[in-house]
Amino acid sequence: MTKHYSALSLVKEGLRGQKGWVPAWTSPQPKPRYDVVIVGGGGHGLATAYYLAKTHGITNVAVIEKGWLGGGNTGRNTTVVRSNYFFPESVRLYDMALKLYEGLSRELNYNIMLSQRGMISLAHTPAEMEMAARVVNAMQINGTDAELFGPEDVRRVVPIYNFGPKARYPALGGVWQGRSGTARHDAVAWGYARAASALGVDILQQCEVQEFIVEGGRCRGVKTSRGEIRADRVGLAVAGHSGQMAAKAGFRLPITSYALQACVSEPVKPILDTVVLAPGAGTYASQSDKGEMVVGGGLDRIPSYGQRGNLPVLETVISGLLEMFPSFRQLKLMRQWAGIVDVVPDSSPIIGESPLPGLFLNCGWGTGGFKAIPAGGTLLAHLLATGQHHDISRPFDLDRFARGRLIDEAAGSGIAH
Amino acid sequence: MQIFSCPFCGSRPEYEFHFGGDLGNHRPEGFEAVPDREWADYLYFRNNPKGTAREVWMHLTCGEMFSMTRDTVTMAAAPGETLTEGQP
Amino acid sequence: MTARRLPSGGEIDRARPLRFTFDGKVVEGFAGDTLASALLASGRQVLGRSFKYRRPRGLFGAGVEEPNICADVTEGAAFRPNQRVTTEPARDGLVLRSASTAPDAERDRTGFIDLFSRFIPSGFYYKTFMFPDWHLFEPQIRAMAGLGRVDPGKTGPVGDQVNHFCDALVIGAGPVGLAAARMLAGAGKSVVLADDGSRPGGSLLYRQAEIDGKPGADWLAETLAQLAGLGVTILPRTTAFGLYDHGLVALNQRHEDGRADTLWRVRPEWIVLAAGAIERPLPFSMNDLPGIMSAQAGLSYLRRQAVLPGANIVIAANNSTGAEVAQAMAAAGARVTLIDRRPDATPLPGIACHAGRSIDSALGRKAVHGVVLDDGTEITCDCLLVSGGFTPTIHLYAQAKGRLAWDETRLAFLPGDPVPGLTVIGGAAGQFTLHEAFAALPAALGLEGAPSAVPSSYDITPAWPEPGCKGRIWIDYQHDVTAKDVELAARENFLSVEHLKRYTTLGMATDQGKTSNLNGLALMARLTGREIPEVGTTTYRPPFTPVPYTSLAGLRGGERMNPVRRLALEGRHRALGAALGEYGGWLRPIHYGQNDAAILAEAKMARATVGLFDASPLGKIEVIGPDAAEFLDFIYYNTVSTLKPGGCRYGFILSESAVVYDDGVLVRLDEHRFVVSCSSSHAAGVHAMLEEWRQDRFPAKRIFIHNATAETATITVTGPQARAVIRAAGITADLDDAAFPHMTTRPGCHGDTPLRLTRVSFTGDRSYELSVRQDLAPGLWDALDGAARTLGGGPIGIEAVMILRAEKGYIVIGKDSDGMTRPMDLGLSGPLRSKKAEFIGKRSLLQEEAQRPDRNQLVGLQPEDSGGLLPVGAHGLDLTGNAPRSIGYVTSSCPGAGHDGPVALALIERGASRHGEVIELHHLGKRRRARITAPCAFDPKGDRLNA
Repeated sequence: MTKHYSALSLVKEGLRGQKGWVPAWTSPQPKPRYDVVIVGGGGHGLATAYYLAKTHGITNVAVIEKGWLGGGNTGRNTTVVRSNYFFPESVRLYDMALKLYEGLSRELNYNIMLSQRGMISLAHTPAEMEMAARVVNAMQINGTDAELFGPEDVRRVVPIYNFGPKARYPALGGVWQGRSGTARHDAVAWGYARAASALGVDILQQCEVQEFIVEGGRCRGVKTSRGEIRADRVGLAVAGHSGQMAAKAGFRLPITSYALQACVSEPVKPILDTVVLAPGAGTYASQSDKGEMVVGGGLDRIPSYGQRGNLPVLETVISGLLEMFPSFRQLKLMRQWAGIVDVVPDSSPIIGESPLPGLFLNCGWGTGGFKAIPAGGTLLAHLLATGQHHDISRPFDLDRFARGRLIDEAAGSGIAH
Repeated sequence: MQIFSCPFCGSRPEYEFHFGGDLGNHRPEGFEAVPDREWADYLYFRNNPKGTAREVWMHLTCGEMFSMTRDTVTMAAAPGETLTEGQP
Repeated sequence: MTARRLPSGGEIDRARPLRFTFDGKVVEGFAGDTLASALLASGRQVLGRSFKYRRPRGLFGAGVEEPNICADVTEGAAFRPNQRVTTEPARDGLVLRSASTAPDAERDRTGFIDLFSRFIPSGFYYKTFMFPDWHLFEPQIRAMAGLGRVDPGKTGPVGDQVNHFCDALVIGAGPVGLAAARMLAGAGKSVVLADDGSRPGGSLLYRQAEIDGKPGADWLAETLAQLAGLGVTILPRTTAFGLYDHGLVALNQRHEDGRADTLWRVRPEWIVLAAGAIERPLPFSMNDLPGIMSAQAGLSYLRRQAVLPGANIVIAANNSTGAEVAQAMAAAGARVTLIDRRPDATPLPGIACHAGRSIDSALGRKAVHGVVLDDGTEITCDCLLVSGGFTPTIHLYAQAKGRLAWDETRLAFLPGDPVPGLTVIGGAAGQFTLHEAFAALPAALGLEGAPSAVPSSYDITPAWPEPGCKGRIWIDYQHDVTAKDVELAARENFLSVEHLKRYTTLGMATDQGKTSNLNGLALMARLTGREIPEVGTTTYRPPFTPVPYTSLAGLRGGERMNPVRRLALEGRHRALGAALGEYGGWLRPIHYGQNDAAILAEAKMARATVGLFDASPLGKIEVIGPDAAEFLDFIYYNTVSTLKPGGCRYGFILSESAVVYDDGVLVRLDEHRFVVSCSSSHAAGVHAMLEEWRQDRFPAKRIFIHNATAETATITVTGPQARAVIRAAGITADLDDAAFPHMTTRPGCHGDTPLRLTRVSFTGDRSYELSVRQDLAPGLWDALDGAARTLGGGPIGIEAVMILRAEKGYIVIGKDSDGMTRPMDLGLSGPLRSKKAEFIGKRSLLQEEAQRPDRNQLVGLQPEDSGGLLPVGAHGLDLTGNAPRSIGYVTSSCPGAGHDGPVALALIERGASRHGEVIELHHLGKRRRARITAPCAFDPKGDRLNA
């Protein structure tokens, strides 16, 4: 039986016909009661379960997923990780995640393929360079790495960018974060799932929450397609379905769900070694370790749960890509998909107890949830374990809307973030 | 590319339209008398239905606002209807 | 040599020979060959290497389903990587390079990796590479991945795009699609018929058929003539790759002459899906060797390009189509053996048959040279044609959210419940004989006139991969996924079909699993005690086959991408030598000199005498009607209804969250007519906002809004000589200050041209904005320019204006304000206390956020060190805590024109009460020091407005 992953384990099992590998996670029957139940088996939900078990010693936990784990936005994003944000609250949040990502493969004993190849958010005009300086300074003051790049710096890291005289969106420079990059999205979900399962967490797939159990004005558990499951505290990490779940619990959220498209090209030999965002073109791209160009852009601005966008946005994104990289005219689109992103007016997440006591929220990540998974998990776990906010999550409580204290990152990062 | 139907102009491509939020999100009048929570509800909180949605849209080409019933899962869209005169 | 070109037959034009090279070696062919058929005829078998194990690979298919072979193609100056050789026509002079091989496919140096295959199963990279760090291994892995290469020194063509409507779009011009098109067109419908093959005909191009008593080829020719007569649009080489919401079908049309592909967006009333079915391979050990091909592909090469794929051919099938292929190969002169898994298979004369038998393993290393059957029999061969059944091409039906139903007789997923507006016919509907397909047409289409074919039958016996099979059985050729990998996935609990796909990468290659998905999920079903439909399929998504980026981008690029808006006076600016730049979506003069030094010179000139500035992009939105005043009181933060006709007032428009959305001057022309001026980048947004509130709160006939921005040009004349310039330019108006004070508007004219003069000032000097119909602007500009020069002034660009306004402390929305700025932060707090009327954002001004005392406020900054201009974007610091904390940032910074010395504006925490304080600034790791001042650095009393 091989539980631990290593090069040696591959050799051992290679010689034994792969017979000794054990299931990455168990498929237990639901128990009628747990200490904590987490609704949503994506990256955030699975990370929450892991940190509950690992950091807080709470292992009597169930993660309830209506489909197959990691099948929502965690399996549909463009894999970018970064913390190039403007407000100190945001930098603290996303840098917490990035720091956790930096040690995650070893911690989970699962190669999440973190590739810190850097990210450049371009500035195309002198006015945009001024904004870039504002962001770089904010990042530096708030303790994360950032550099203001000039045109020669961009040329050095992205030689294939369109530096021609007729470029619609010239690269004057921009915000560079060297620690940014990509990570393999499925591996993050599977790594957390395996580690949580090994610590005793029950991951219940194909289990749909139909109702919340409310008694004495508190959430006491859920009714699911596989029976009733009670818990002292319930966490909600369902991204684009947050509004639907909230409706079941009797409250609304400042969330609208949209389709966010992404696509990959046919794989080619390495030609792009960093993550590039051109806000003017409305497109960003990186090259996966398989050689595919992973390309994303803005939302389809029509509320949708369809997990599918339409041609106008795709055409806009691809024409933006070709404007950035003229040589990509040689490439073909191989696969496209979309997630359902929960967009909040200030593009910052919602973390905290919901209006229904006992039910705790981790949602509103919009187009930027993947990069935050380790932090979302840590912070929701803290809430579920203690009933209190971690310092880093407090500014993101739902009550900020009534107070008017939004953390509006729209200026901070250009397009889909 | 989706087609929506403006009640004034007829069928037009989706990029001529702008989503304006939930139908029936009435602005609370009363200034100081409006509690923080009610004002925030109006400003930020949304129905976000999965399925049938009653929405306000603007046809940017003619500038007119109208209501539309849409399904946010199947993406089916009924023809737009005019907003009742004088009523939000 | 195994395959050879037959001396006659096929579609090829032997009068037009051609040659191209592949991995440096010459390949000869004819017009009508695909790259694949010419390569096959040349006898070459190893044409590529597999993705992970670097095993030699040859052709498997003849069309879009080909999983193995692609090549980078150079044609003259053009370069296209990853071209599928089975769908690319052969052309003279092409240079082909096999994908991801070194030095070439035949001799690739990385083939040794296959020896270590047992150590690198699916997902192995998740289980290692953690020490010391993934970054150490990543470059090597990346270098080995990828198929072809992009040539960074080249670009690519520009594709075009076509929109089209029709009554019926028939996808697939095989016999059933052709028949359907004829019936539909015959019923008076406009029909588009698309086929991804090089010519219409589908299976009629290579299979025997008898339709309406005629040979298939004759029926085909006749039907094509009829379709032409009925006005049917036929699109060959056109793949319908996506079906999107509201019934939009996207198709990619390839051209034979090297032109970029064309994107078709078609909106049909009715979609008829006749896309046939794709043959899948049989599972047996070493089933990926070169020389092993789809039986239908072999038949296609034989009949269409006259290439006999082998001299000694074994055909293995689990269904009734094997017989036709065997007979065709035998008739062409090959020695043929048929291995038919069906125990009751009818023996064929002249062909060795093994009924009820299947293949255990193929033999060979760089090419197949024999097979071993399940009863131990060994048979030699130089070509092995396989048929494991047919998978209906129902992708567009599934993209339309149609639900598939498993058919245990045909061993296929078939369309289930109907989808409105979409009908599936023929092979795509599981009707694998012409007879059955034609017979079903009338009911499917609700029309008469279907042809008929000789009755025949199709039957198939299961031949799924089984758990525990010995040897290496390939499931997904392109990603090197074997049965053992599927077993591994099951063992590790990746049981759902989506987990199986992602963990093993089965079906994620460029062929998108066309030949692999079903075998993979069938094996997963068997491994986990489920039925095939329980495992189900992954979600079907566009594109059906890879689509060139150029098709999707079309002409949208360069200048045509988000085109800048152009000034009516652009010609004048260019003639004056202006340097132009993009501001707020408009192309505007930056300055009129040789370099940036001109900017300060222009600003100083404007302070000294006069400057002319093209302010046309300024938003001008007319609000007209009896309720206009009341309406604008709701729109604006300040009270505006008290403005007298002919007056102007500066105001803010807030968002409902009380953030300053825009600022500008409101002009009242008369009791019922106003002009809202707004920043150029916000004109459309303000217009939409005004419309939304008008329609929400006021009866339709009481207010009319008109966006006059584009039709109105505005020229600003600013400086002490402004009035003199206007007089000297021959403009008729009463310019006496008593009649025309600052912040008023008056009519005037220039010759016959009526214009409006408005005394507002963004520079702090006496300033007039002259607005005129945009086509009449050049004449006005010439007159003003001439007059200005005689008085020592001239044109000034936007950067000079930015200096003039900055030293006055006048803000630019979005630069000196941000997404958090409330009106009090900019010094205007009166209306909250005194304005009774309701207005946008009023309630939000009472929120905790708007009321907190530590808000960022607009201030001026003066450097307290010798570092020169303060950098824009530098942050102020609070150094009293454990770590430095940002207290705001510099928003504008420039040398003064009237003011002697540098000028800067900033948003600083509690700045309004901190004038005189010195603070530290952080900029890119360095420190500066600055003193907080009032925002206005020059002429604080405003005397120069009337100078």
